[in-house]
Order: sequence, then structure tokens, then C-alpha cells
Amino acid sequence: MPKRTDIKHILVIGSGPIMIGQACEFDYSGTQACRVLRSEGFRVSLVNSNPATIMTDPEFADATYIEPLTPEYVEKVIATEKALGHPIDSILPTLGGQTALNLAVNLHEAGVLDKYGVELIGADIDAIQRGEDRQKFKDIVRAIGAEVPASAVCHTLEEATAFAETVGNRVVIRPSFTMGGLGSGMAHNADEVRTQVSRGLAASPVSEVLVEESVFGWKEFELELMRDRKDNVVVVCSIENLDPMGVHTGDSITVAPAMTLTDREYQHMRDVGIAVLREVGVDTGGCNIQFAINPANGKMIVIEMNPRVSRSSALASKATGFPIAKIAARLAVGYTLDEITNDITSATPASFEPALDYVVVKIPRFAFEKFPGADPVLTTHMKSVGEAMSIGRNFTEALGKALRSMETKASGFWTTADIGADGGSLTPGPQFYPSVEELLGIASVPTDGRLYVVEQALRAGASVDELAQATGIDPWFIDQIALITEVGAAVTEAPALTPDLLLKAKRHGLSDRQIAALRPELAGEEGVRRLRHRSGIHPVFKTVDTCAAEFAAQTPYYYSSYDSETEVSAQTERSKVIILGSGPNRIGQGIEFDYSCVHAVMALRDAGYETVMVNCNPETVSTDYDTADRLYFEPLTFEDVLEVVHAEQQSGTVAGVICTLGGQTPLGLAQKLKDAGVPVLGTQPEAIDLAEDRGEFGRVLSEAGLIAPTHGTAVSFAQAKAVADGIGYPVLVRPSYVLGGRGMEIVYDEQGLSSYIANATEIGPDRPVLVDRFLDDAVEIDVDALYDGTDLYLGGVMEHIEEAGIHSGDSACALPPITLGSNVIDQVRDATLKLARGVGVHGLLNVQYALSGDVLYVLEANPRASRTVPFVSKATAVQLAKAAARIAVGSTIAELRAEGMLPRVGDGGELPPDAPIAVKEAVLPFHRFRTPAGDSIDSILGPEMKSTGEVMGFDAVFGTAFAKSQAAAYGSLPSKGTVFVSIANRDKRAAIFPVKRLHDLGFRILATKGTAQVLRRNGVAAEVVGKFSDGPGNIVEEILAGNVDLVLNTPFGSPGNSGPRVDGYEIRTAAVQAGIPCLTTVQAVAAAVQGIEELSRDEVTVASLQSHHLALRAWREGNGQ
Amino acid sequence: MGKAILVLEDGRTFSGEQYGAIGETFGEAVFNTGMTGYQETLTDPSYHRQIVVQTAPHIGNTGVNDEDSESSRIWVSGYVVRDPARRVSNWRARRSLDEELSLQSIVGISGIDTRALTRHLRDRGAMRCAISSVDLDRKSVLAKVAGSPQMAGSDLTGDVTTPEPYTVAANGETRFTVAALDYGIKTMTPHRMAERGITSHILPSTSSLDDVLDVGADAVFLSNGPGDPATADQAVDLVRELLLRQVPIFGICFGNQVLGRALGFGTYKLRYGHHGINQPVQDRLTGKVEVTAHNHGFAVDAPIEGRTATDFGDVEVSHVCLNDNVVEGLRAHDTPAFSVQYHPEAAAGPHDAAYLFDRFADLLGERTVAAKSGTANGGQR
Repeated sequence: MPKRTDIKHILVIGSGPIMIGQACEFDYSGTQACRVLRSEGFRVSLVNSNPATIMTDPEFADATYIEPLTPEYVEKVIATEKALGHPIDSILPTLGGQTALNLAVNLHEAGVLDKYGVELIGADIDAIQRGEDRQKFKDIVRAIGAEVPASAVCHTLEEATAFAETVGNRVVIRPSFTMGGLGSGMAHNADEVRTQVSRGLAASPVSEVLVEESVFGWKEFELELMRDRKDNVVVVCSIENLDPMGVHTGDSITVAPAMTLTDREYQHMRDVGIAVLREVGVDTGGCNIQFAINPANGKMIVIEMNPRVSRSSALASKATGFPIAKIAARLAVGYTLDEITNDITSATPASFEPALDYVVVKIPRFAFEKFPGADPVLTTHMKSVGEAMSIGRNFTEALGKALRSMETKASGFWTTADIGADGGSLTPGPQFYPSVEELLGIASVPTDGRLYVVEQALRAGASVDELAQATGIDPWFIDQIALITEVGAAVTEAPALTPDLLLKAKRHGLSDRQIAALRPELAGEEGVRRLRHRSGIHPVFKTVDTCAAEFAAQTPYYYSSYDSETEVSAQTERSKVIILGSGPNRIGQGIEFDYSCVHAVMALRDAGYETVMVNCNPETVSTDYDTADRLYFEPLTFEDVLEVVHAEQQSGTVAGVICTLGGQTPLGLAQKLKDAGVPVLGTQPEAIDLAEDRGEFGRVLSEAGLIAPTHGTAVSFAQAKAVADGIGYPVLVRPSYVLGGRGMEIVYDEQGLSSYIANATEIGPDRPVLVDRFLDDAVEIDVDALYDGTDLYLGGVMEHIEEAGIHSGDSACALPPITLGSNVIDQVRDATLKLARGVGVHGLLNVQYALSGDVLYVLEANPRASRTVPFVSKATAVQLAKAAARIAVGSTIAELRAEGMLPRVGDGGELPPDAPIAVKEAVLPFHRFRTPAGDSIDSILGPEMKSTGEVMGFDAVFGTAFAKSQAAAYGSLPSKGTVFVSIANRDKRAAIFPVKRLHDLGFRILATKGTAQVLRRNGVAAEVVGKFSDGPGNIVEEILAGNVDLVLNTPFGSPGNSGPRVDGYEIRTAAVQAGIPCLTTVQAVAAAVQGIEELSRDEVTVASLQSHHLALRAWREGNGQ
Repeated sequence: MGKAILVLEDGRTFSGEQYGAIGETFGEAVFNTGMTGYQETLTDPSYHRQIVVQTAPHIGNTGVNDEDSESSRIWVSGYVVRDPARRVSNWRARRSLDEELSLQSIVGISGIDTRALTRHLRDRGAMRCAISSVDLDRKSVLAKVAGSPQMAGSDLTGDVTTPEPYTVAANGETRFTVAALDYGIKTMTPHRMAERGITSHILPSTSSLDDVLDVGADAVFLSNGPGDPATADQAVDLVRELLLRQVPIFGICFGNQVLGRALGFGTYKLRYGHHGINQPVQDRLTGKVEVTAHNHGFAVDAPIEGRTATDFGDVEVSHVCLNDNVVEGLRAHDTPAFSVQYHPEAAAGPHDAAYLFDRFADLLGERTVAAKSGTANGGQR
């Protein structure tokens, strides 16, 4: 059945901001879909609120709408396209995660699809509901003769507790229609049942939970399936979770293909999976089904299905080379699997099941350090923020690579100290070493890094069976870890490290760094490498080919292995540029950096280079085998990257490596690569160091005549106090040895300083604390610019909506800057030029300034791609990362202006007076975390970044753009209802006007006593409501009861103290729980009021990015003549 | 761990570790891409005289159990794996694979670059090979490989067939009976028939026409098996007699080749064969694609498109492998005979093609109905 000709214009729905449970895998799938559908000749419109995605690049769709993913805005998109004369006739909702699927259901229910005659393709409403509705799904599974756990769908606490009693209160609670396991949990007794059910009912948009008999401890598997409209079905991949049932699959270490199933068991799973898919009626496309198997008797239970492309689909695609999203898009427009060619072999059809001759391991990346107090125990509720995948020829090799891809303090076994009996750091002395029993106890609780405990327990003498018993991890996997332990012991004990032993260690995944940790006399990692290279031991590179070498592969998608034959093909005549990616997503380093890397690939390929990508993040566009000319799926450690460079040098000419686009990860490798003789392109490592070294950077500033806030360093409280007294409070304090705002805090008084120093355990002569003057009430300005050694191109100037002191990644910002005059922008441009020159930038530069009392302070300069590059590129219609890649290979800004990659004249600081405003807003994951006691964690912002993603609101006026950004990030701002106001004294003056405006717009105003007094004196009839500490009837109860629509709360008081700070905490967490907007800065309050005003006028419109870019270019052309 | 070497007839040599029994073995090197089902593979008689290379690196993880063997012994002549399991993990496992291989004197090798070997076989074709853990001298082993028998031209049926007839009863009431000619039949095949009410009388491959007809079965089944179908003249003659008599026939694998030859088609050796459980086969009747288990080094040479006139009426290619357009099934129009080159009984492999057993049972059902109403044109002439 060939392509459908009755549809012409397809709307693809993206997945919105990156958050826990829904990350950049949907940029990968959406980008593939857009590419495929356009190549098939369809008109493609796209809606997604996330500007950091590749899919929202204007060249990927005919019309790109960066708008909130709500039914109202999508309807506006449909109406706008219709008005423009090319009506949308179909929507593809299966590639944008749960967000897109839910949106499709909402559009259907709101009658929008019928109203505009729009058809859903790749999905149908009934199938979505059969797959997602737990009871319907269970009925289906039973109907096909497969098993499900005993369960009950409950709408009240009473129903749930009654059922749980019947299965001994060992149950799992899963709310309906949520993603990433949000609101789900386990209970082992009646009390836990009550707590978990209440939470689950609150999390479900339809107040429905499934209470299910626990299969905790069983083995967990997943199948990724695809079906076409002729009912051909293939299983793309089987995945086995190393962590047993009870840990969310997103938080589990997973392995592909399944390792511990006989063919009979596997085929039974396959039969049931296919039967479920057919019965649910997934029309065409991908689907994911989870199974649990009782290891004692093989009993298999079907857990759940996702009738769409999922996180696991992205993993399966990268693990097998079978591009699920791309094929799903083709199937949705009518093709069948046998009509689609397998890209990798370009000879065989897609209607087959990939065969793997390697092992894939995925390990989740967590960020608990960012959320003090959050419970680090892994449950059915997903907590990880990213993941890395690795490929090896056996499990041990893949595991070693995956562990070192994490970029945490531990980089594989033995690279960190063993743990003590309490799970914390080990007190020196044999008497403190934990016993086997203690280690088994620690290993029995699933946490991040549990495998390290398993390994330590094996070394301490625990048996494979004891560990399997304690952890529920299959003994085959435990034995593989025992194998690594044995190899480690052999390395440690051997009189000399022979080439044979070294090779054996490498074949089981040991990094040079791990071997160095075991053999201190080898002079570290570098010494091990020299020894290894002297012995001629290098990895070979194998191909991911979907077919275990049965057919020749045409796609250079490689992974390293210590095996005998390499498959790296000789290059074409073009010279090669290696681009280093950014590794697993984490807070502070996410999709934005992948965006820049992908852009570099595109630009360099267009410029005639052969592009080589190195990355280990399976969720990204950069690790799509179609993106670069060659893909190496490898950890981003120095050792692994050096071996890729070696292999590429063996097969041709390497022009150099780009380290400045993938964030901190590749940046950290630049100097080492240069020292190893590898040409580093663009900004040199010395310049990077210069910008990071306080003293050196201070000299650059003084030579340029620029100033930074007064600062000093201290190694003790006494010193810190002296510095702070000299500067004056408030001060910004942070440790000197971390980046990205980690451990940074603003302290307002000596008491705060003292408690900060007391808690900063690692302070000492080598690890000083930096104390900076904190510029209260300053406007923070963020700049992205390009410099080629001569000219500066100011990419964009962003004005933060929150005051300085909130991490730039967490604060909202506007471009063009809404309150800065052209003289300030000129000043910023001039300062940026001086910095770029002084630092020696050759590519992108990000600078953060603070404007306080008309004085421009330089806060920080980073000579690399920043998080805001995609936002600026989209807002100003100039692709900065592409230009940076060109500068790295020697092009000048003048040349790029001449060829049209940069505007011929002017820059991002000069935008037309009527240019629309782009507002970036951060998305925060607070609702995902809880303390071990089950309480929410505080949602307050500070100098340490906590957001997982971002959205862009885009409109002709600031208020609407801000309102759109809020709607995209948190749900719409209310245009009527009740507002609760509790404002810190220092903010009260600034808050009066906006609150009064809300009152005038008809909002009911609730306030705490102090705030209410001030408001009343200013003519706002505020009603007093009790604080949380005032007992019953307080504001927290009001919020939780759903009686409040908006919370304005600016925090005050010191963290950890009782009193106002704690009240604020309770209020903010209640708002998070109730799912209502909670604004914590007075600036955000002011912006929101402007937004609410615009919303109440009800004239909000949408426009495509392309139309905006067209207008900007026309203006620039006009200006240039 | 002792050393072992694998030497191919073109001289390429791989050094690894001894696995399974210590010794020396010869056979045709073929690669199997299945990620599950090594126990079924090892015990499949069609692998007689072949040295099997598993492309999946981890083998032996689920040990060996008492249920999944496809015959009473391991048939492969040698076994090549990359990473044998040190620890068995499965609730049904009775012993480790390593133990089982040693017990049955199967010589293997582990720790070699199986992907490099697979690519070599893909590019140069399946070829003779040896594994030795007793003679580690490459030249000496190579000389022995050169003297070992070729697969092309080998008649191996006699080695694998049952010496005496035996019966596998239908589950429950017998609806039909089948005389199954054993060229190396797998356990799962009569089991699949039994599930559909068919009792199988399994006969030695040397059975005469009278032996077969004396069973009084409703149909004849031609099994899978090892060796070059070009040598199976006796079986081909027998099948021609059965076709003349309009006896319903269903063949699998070697049985497909025998039926093909009986219908007048030739057979040929594939470069490296189909050995895996992920092969896309299209049923040309319905257009649907099934993912199927394959294990064949030879194939039938028949025109893919249209019908071919044969001594027994029109015949068409019913199934085709979408990877390489190899003939995967035949269907006669004027006589009740059909066959497939692949393995609908699976074991190991997906169950997508199990419908062929239903088709077989339906065919027998239709004939029974027809016979009762006295309009059958079949039976003995």
C-alpha cells in the first residue's frame, strides 16, 4: 500500500519542554518525522513550545509554531493555517510523547478535530484509550489469554484501601493519564497504601488510580514493536532491565537484547506482545510493552503499554540502528513495512527484526545533588534527568563504557573510595570496613550507583547468590560484575601487567583510569595508556548494522570494542572535523548543547567537510546515524575520544576537533587533546582556562577597563567574614572548584554566612570559597556573541526578568531586552568585544552582565556555546552555532556576512522597533521529588540551576509573550479568580502596583497579615488569610482545596530556620501540588500581570517562526540598502 | 583455560580458547544470527556436519533444560561463541551448556572475533573449517581441513534419520494421520501437528513407497534435514510417486527442496545460507510479511513470478524471502502439495508462520469432507 494521496498537510505535535520523564528523545523522533514527511512531499506544520530543539528549526517544517502545547493554542494554529489558505488535514501525535498524545485526545474531546475536519494519523482515539485506560487494557490482556496482576481501578481512598487489604497491602499505585510514572509509588503496609493513594489521586487529571498487586522483585522486560496498516508486525528490540520490578524503567539500568530468556520464554513474550498490539488496535507505528517475569517459575505478566514512540523507542532505535520514529512517520502516511528500505543495508526491507551481535547498556543519570532533601531511593516514580547508552561486544565492556559515560565523580569501579557501613564515606581503618551483611543491606535498596555497592560486596566476600537474593538482580548479571571484580583482582595482583592481561582487562570494559586506580605505580591513567599503546593495544571499531553482519552495512555507525577486526571505512577525499557532543542530559547541560553540535555538523557538511560525531546520549538528534557523516557512539572521556581520533587519523586526514559546542563535557577535554597533539578547532583551551581563572580573568577585565562586582576568597569563616564585611551584605558565596552554579548561595547576613561555611564541608586551603558582592536589584543581562579574532557579531542581548542572583538557566528572559535603551546595548556590545579580544575567543562567547545603578558589571564570561544559543538563533533568525562552526574552521565574520550566514549589516542587538518579543521561561522539576518522609521539596530559585528545560513564548507584545511562556511551562495564567499574595518586605513597594492592577481586573486578593496591611493602605481590598503556622483554615489548606488560582510569594528569611521561610516553603509546595502558577520574584509578578491583562483582552494570536524570520530579513535587507 | 584455533579452508585462522570438549572437529562453517534459542539450534539435525558460529556474543546464559531440545542429541560438529556464560540463570535450567557440550563431545572455541568471522563467511561464502584444541599448528590443521568432505554433494540423510518408525500421537482425538519422512526431523514439528489433532508416523528416510502407503495416512510430510538436496534422488523418486497418486504433501526445508526437485525444479547452494530467526518472508497469497526461522544452505531454483507448468500441473512460488528474493515456498495448483523452505515449527524462532500447520490441517479437512461426499479426485490410481 503506497503513500496516501488524500492528505496533504500534516501537523506534527512536539513534546514541549524537557522534563523528567520526557526528554530530548522526542526532539529526535519529531525531527525524523518532519524530515521524512517533507521528503514525501507533504506540507508539514509543527507546534512545539521548546526552542532548544532541532525540530523547531525553521528549515524542518513549512510552518513552525513555537506556541504552548494546549488545545487552545493548537486550535489557533489550525485556524491560522486555514486562514492562510493551506488547511491542516491531519495530525501526527505519536511522536511527541505523552504530551502530544494527551493533546490529541483533548483536541478530539473539545471537538476541534471535527470542527476543522482534521484526521489523526498513526493513532486513533479508541486505541489510545484502550492502551492508556488501565482497566480496558487489563481486560484486553486477559482476553488474549495472558496474565495481569490482580488490581482495582479506584477513585476514592476507601475503595483503594479495601482492595489493597485483599492482596496483603503489597501494592503498586499508578495514577491514570500521567507520564514518567508521576504520582505513582509502592506500598508495603496499610499506612503506605493511604499515603500513596492520596498522592496518586491528586496527580491524576481524572482522579483515578490503579492499585495493583506488587510484582516487586520480578524480572522486568520491554519489547518495542511496530505495526503497519496491513497488520505486519515486527519486534524491533527486546530490553531487559537489570534492576528488577519496582524501579521505574527510566531509572533502571537496562540491557539490550534481553540476556536471560530462553527462546520459548522470549517467543511467548513476543506472541503476547503482538496479540496485545493487535487487540488494542494500534493503527500504525511504534509501541512499547512492559512485562514482568517471576524468576522462580517463569510466570509472565503484562504490565503496561505505550501506544506511541517512547523513550525506550529512542533507545531501541539507537541500540539496533532501526529508526523507529522515521518508519513510524512513513507508516502513518500509508506505507507498509515491506515497502520501506532498511537505511543501514539499503538492500533489505524494514519488515524484519534486527539481530544484534553486541550488547547495549543504558544507565540513567540523576541529579539528586541539585535537590537537597530529595529521597534518592529509586521507585516506580521516575527521577533521573538523563541517560547514557553504550555499546560493547559483551556485557562487561558495555557496562564499563556506560559507567564512565555518566560523568559523575565515579567513572567505573574503583575510581572512587569504597563506602562505609552507613552508605556514606568510609572511615579509614579496617575496623570500619562494612561487613558483607551491611553491604548486602545497602545493596538491597535501589539507588543511583547501586552497582558500585554490589561490586564492593563481591570484593568483601559476598556470593553471587547472596547478592541476587538481596537486590533482585538476576544472578547472571551479578556474575558478570563478579567477572569484572576478578579481572580487577588479576590486574591488581599480577607481578607485571602483561599485554595479555591488559587486553583481557580492556575486553571486560576496564578504562585506563580504572587500571591506573588498581596499579598506582603505573603513573596514572597516562602511564597506563603509554603502556597500552606500546603494546599496540587499541580498540577496533565495529558497525551497528541491524543484522549481525549478515548483510553489508552502508551506514558508518560505529562503536569501539577490544576485538580483532576494525570496520572504519576509509574517508572520502574531504578532510574530517570531529565534533564532541555533550553526553547524558543533566541539569545545566541538556538539549541546547546537542542543538549546537547538530548545527555544527550541518554547517561543516555544507562547507565541504566530512563530519564525525562522538556522543553517548541515545535521546539526541546528534546520535542519529543520519546526522553526521560518521557516528561514534562512545563515552566522552579523554581515553575514548583519543581512540576515536586515532581511528579517524588512521583512515584519513583530521582537520581537528570541536570542543566548544557540547557544553562543559567536551570543554574539559580540550586542553588534554591539545596536549596529546590533536588539533583543537576554534577557541583554544588556553582561552577557556583564562576565562575560568579568576586572577587571569581579572587582568583581562582591568585591561579592558571593565569591572566585576567586588570579590574575595576565603578558606575559613573568619576570612570569609572579613571579606564580606569589606564588601557589604548581601554576598554571593560559592565554592571555587565547581561550575554551573553548584553550591552557590546568596547570604544576607553574618549568620547566613556562618551556616553556609559550616555546611560547605570541603572548604580548605586548596578549596577556597569565593565571596562576591551581590548586586541587589540589578538587571541581569545575558549575551551570546561570535568573535573571529577581528570582528564581533553580537548575536543577541537578553534581559532577565528575575533580578541577578537567580541562575541564568532558571530565570526567564526577554529578547529584545524590554527595558534597555540602545546606549546600554552599545555599551554591552563594546564590553563584549573587549572581552572576546582579551580572552582570545574564536567562535561563540556568552557573557553575563549585571546592570546596577547604570554601572555595567561583568559577572561571568564563557567562551563556548551557551544554553541560550538556540533561543537567540530562533528569536533573531540567525544561526549562531552554524556560524561558530565555520569560524572554527577559519571563516571570518566578514565572509559569513558576505555569504548570508550572518546578516550583511547590523547584529542581534539591533532589531526592528516592532520586532516581536521572545520570552524564555525555565521548567522546574520540583513536583518530581520528595523527601524520604514524603514531603515536597522547596521550589525556591537561587544561584544554583535546577531547571530541566525551557519554553519560548513569542508575541508582538511582552505581556502576551510572557503569558504564553507561562502557559507553555506551567499551564495558563488565570484571567480571573483568586490570587494569594505574600511578599517579602524588600519587595512590598514594587508589588503594590501589579497587585492593584490584578484587583482592578477583578481578582479576589488574599494576603498574609503584613502584606494585606500594605495593600489596604494602597487601596487594594485584600482579605487576610492565616499563615501555615497559624493552624487550621490557613492558606496552605485554601490552596490545596483548589480555592486559589495564582500564588505570588517572594521568599525571605534564611533557609533551614523556622518562621517566614518555612511558611513560604509550605505555600510554594502547596502551589506545586495543586498545579497552580506560583511566582517567586516581584519581577515575574509584574510580567505576569501584563500577561494577564493581555489574556483578558482575548485577542491572542499565533504566527509561524518562518513569517517572523521573513519579516526580520526583509527589515535587514531594507536597512542595508 | 586451554587454547584452541579455528582454521578456515581459505587459510584464515582465529585463535581463541577451548570451549566444550577438547579435541578436533571439521565441518562447514555457517553463522547463525539468532539471539535466543541456542539449545534448539545445537540439537537441530539440519546442522549435522556444520560448525555453527553464533553472532550473538553471550551464549549459555539460560543453560540447558530438559524440554527445549529438538532431537535426542547435539548435531552441530563444532561450536563457535564469543562469550560463554560462566553462570547459568533460568528456572528450567538443569545443567550448563559447557557441561552439555563436553558430555556430548562437541568441540568448540570461544573468545574469538565472531563478527570478523561472520563477515568473512558473508563475503567469501560458507566454507569448510576446523576447530582444534589439540593441534594448534595452523598449517597442520589447514591440511586436514583441505582433506575434509565438502557440503555440496553430501548425502547426510542416512546419518540423521530414525532407524525405526515411531509415532507421535495427536493431543486428544486423532483427526488425521500423517506419514512423516524423517530426513532429520525436529521434535517441534510433530508436536505442532499433534496440537492440531494430527498423529504423526515418523518413518526412516529409506522407506519405500509401499512402506509409506502402508501407514494408510491422510497425507505425507517431508521433513527438514542436512545435506545437499541434489543427492536425494531416492526421496525425489518417492515423492514423484506420491504426487502421481495425489497424496497430500507438506514439506519443510529439505522437504521443500525434495518436493521442488520432484516437481522438476533444480536446487543450488546459497553463498552463506539463511541461518537465523529474523528473516522476512512474504506470503504471496496474502501479501503479508512473516518473521521466520531459517536454516538452509541450499534453495530451490524456480521462477518467482507466475505459474510454472510441471509434470504434476501448475506450480507457483508461494513464499519469498524479502531480503534476497530466495524461493521460500512452493504451492502446486493441481495436486494437494505445498512446502516452505523455512521453519513454521519455529523452535527456535517466531511463531508467525504457524498458520501453515493450520493450512495443512485445513487441507486434510477439506479432503476428508470431499472424500465422504464421494467427489474426491484424489486417492490411489
